[in-house]
Amino acid sequence: MAIDQDTVLKVAHLARLHVSAEQSQVLAGRLSDILNMVDELQQAEVDSIAPLAHPLDVSQPLRDDVVQPADLRDRVLPLAPASEGSCFLVPRVIE
Amino acid sequence: MTLHQHTLTELKALLDAGKVSARELTDTFLARIDALDGELNSFVTVTAEQARREADAADALRRKGEIGLLNGLPIAHKDIFCTDGVRTSCGSRMLDNFISPYDATVVRKMRTAGAVMLGKTNMDEFAMGSSNETSFYGPVKNPWDLSRVPGGSSGGSAAAVAARLAPAATGTDTGGSIRQPAALTGITGLKPTYGTVSRWGMIAFASSLDQAGPMAKSAADCALMLQSMVGHDDKDSTSLNRAPDNYLADLEKPLSGLTIGLPEEFFPASLDGRIAELTRETARELERQGAKVVSVSLPSVKLSVPAYYVIAPAEASSNLSRFDGVRYGYRCQDPVDLMDLYKRSRSEGFGDEVQRRILVGTYALSHGYYDAYYLRAQKVRRLISDDFARAFEKADIILGPTSPEVAFPLGAKKDDPVTMYMADVFTIAVNLAGLPALSMPGGMIDGLPAGVQLVGNYFREGQILNVAHRYQQATDWHRQAPTFGGEQ
Repeated sequence: MAIDQDTVLKVAHLARLHVSAEQSQVLAGRLSDILNMVDELQQAEVDSIAPLAHPLDVSQPLRDDVVQPADLRDRVLPLAPASEGSCFLVPRVIE
Repeated sequence: MTLHQHTLTELKALLDAGKVSARELTDTFLARIDALDGELNSFVTVTAEQARREADAADALRRKGEIGLLNGLPIAHKDIFCTDGVRTSCGSRMLDNFISPYDATVVRKMRTAGAVMLGKTNMDEFAMGSSNETSFYGPVKNPWDLSRVPGGSSGGSAAAVAARLAPAATGTDTGGSIRQPAALTGITGLKPTYGTVSRWGMIAFASSLDQAGPMAKSAADCALMLQSMVGHDDKDSTSLNRAPDNYLADLEKPLSGLTIGLPEEFFPASLDGRIAELTRETARELERQGAKVVSVSLPSVKLSVPAYYVIAPAEASSNLSRFDGVRYGYRCQDPVDLMDLYKRSRSEGFGDEVQRRILVGTYALSHGYYDAYYLRAQKVRRLISDDFARAFEKADIILGPTSPEVAFPLGAKKDDPVTMYMADVFTIAVNLAGLPALSMPGGMIDGLPAGVQLVGNYFREGQILNVAHRYQQATDWHRQAPTFGGEQ
């Protein structure tokens, strides 16, 4: 399946990626190549087949609900591009 | 023989016999990295001071009689594993400034076993690539021919081991990222059964496929490494809760009674005849050792590349949504608002291939396309897994080529993603089925190493390592070394 520039821009917004109009033209070609290759999947006879999510069909185990120390703020906050006190800083969200 | 030429197993014996100290070993490899890695670019970060401290600590523990399985053995970690206090970049500008505040479980376990970390190896950005050319830190060179790629995504680990800059290294394999670079650089690498090695602290690409494993100079070395890496981990919800196997116990077992299956689909008419022939010669060697060779069929394997390029990008698009420029990693300059911050931080922080895969994955998961792509790919995944189950009713081990070609020139496929994706045509099905598989050197073509792949049933890592070890006892392909770096 081929995808056009408008679809690339729409998907880029969903993926929170900045894509210029110029880039979207190149990307439309590249992504169409990939999707054409992937379209071989449509040949497969899979109507009666159950999807496989975990190779060993193992479901998610639950851990015991116990309190554990997680006081890592002093180690984690310095990794942020911008922080103040105990908060991450971002551009103003509410005017 | 000089120290760097030895296998990990031999170095362990030298340490155990008191013939060398951890500090001497560490200094030897650090000196080689210092002298030679400028050309190879296999390391992103060399942790020389920390390595010397760890080596001294290992020597002190040995004097006290506290000798872990890997005591004093220098290794390198792929830069996808979080390492406490050390930059963990994942080959990306996004994480160029990220100093991990914790160790991955694999790193912690190997550290506890006494391993000394020499540094962090270069890789394709977020493990997306088969040539190591997508790294923010530039491509890794293949020590067999510096104008060629080492494979990817664990290309730094592969090149470092092949060039004898480290006796062994960790890697990760989502679609062939341990086995394909192992094949292209003439080393041995194993991808374990999905869920055998904890993924905690290993930066996620495609969570239902990612698995860590050893890369080294022999199957015996891989067994030694793997023994220290495996085990249940509460922190990884996909980690399997089963008692660890002893991978070292059965290495020498004779191969009589074993059945090797050759799948016709791994020998297509388009395959380089020299690769087909050396793979068949590997089968004949195993036959000489008492194994029986039969033909098997994996009809749905032809759909593994398309299924993978839906599932892996879909999972990647979800996993990589965490990189938002807020909590850690790259942030763009002067964002005008929060949306601008997200979008520019991500498009400036991620390279082209990573952005392409995020876009493909987002598209495949978007409204109206989920059934046609993701759900269908997950169903095809079961067809592939069922094919292997049927093949394992006839054979204990499946044998085929690892890669359809030897190392290709740098830049040859860089601008053509679909051609690049075909580099993993023989390795991807194994990840979709979650099976264990190993690549080992099986011959040389035009002076470059070629790999053969052994695929086992679930949890049969021990059997795969046994077959590979017996093969390596009878042949010396794994002993071949590049001339790069002087006397090898």
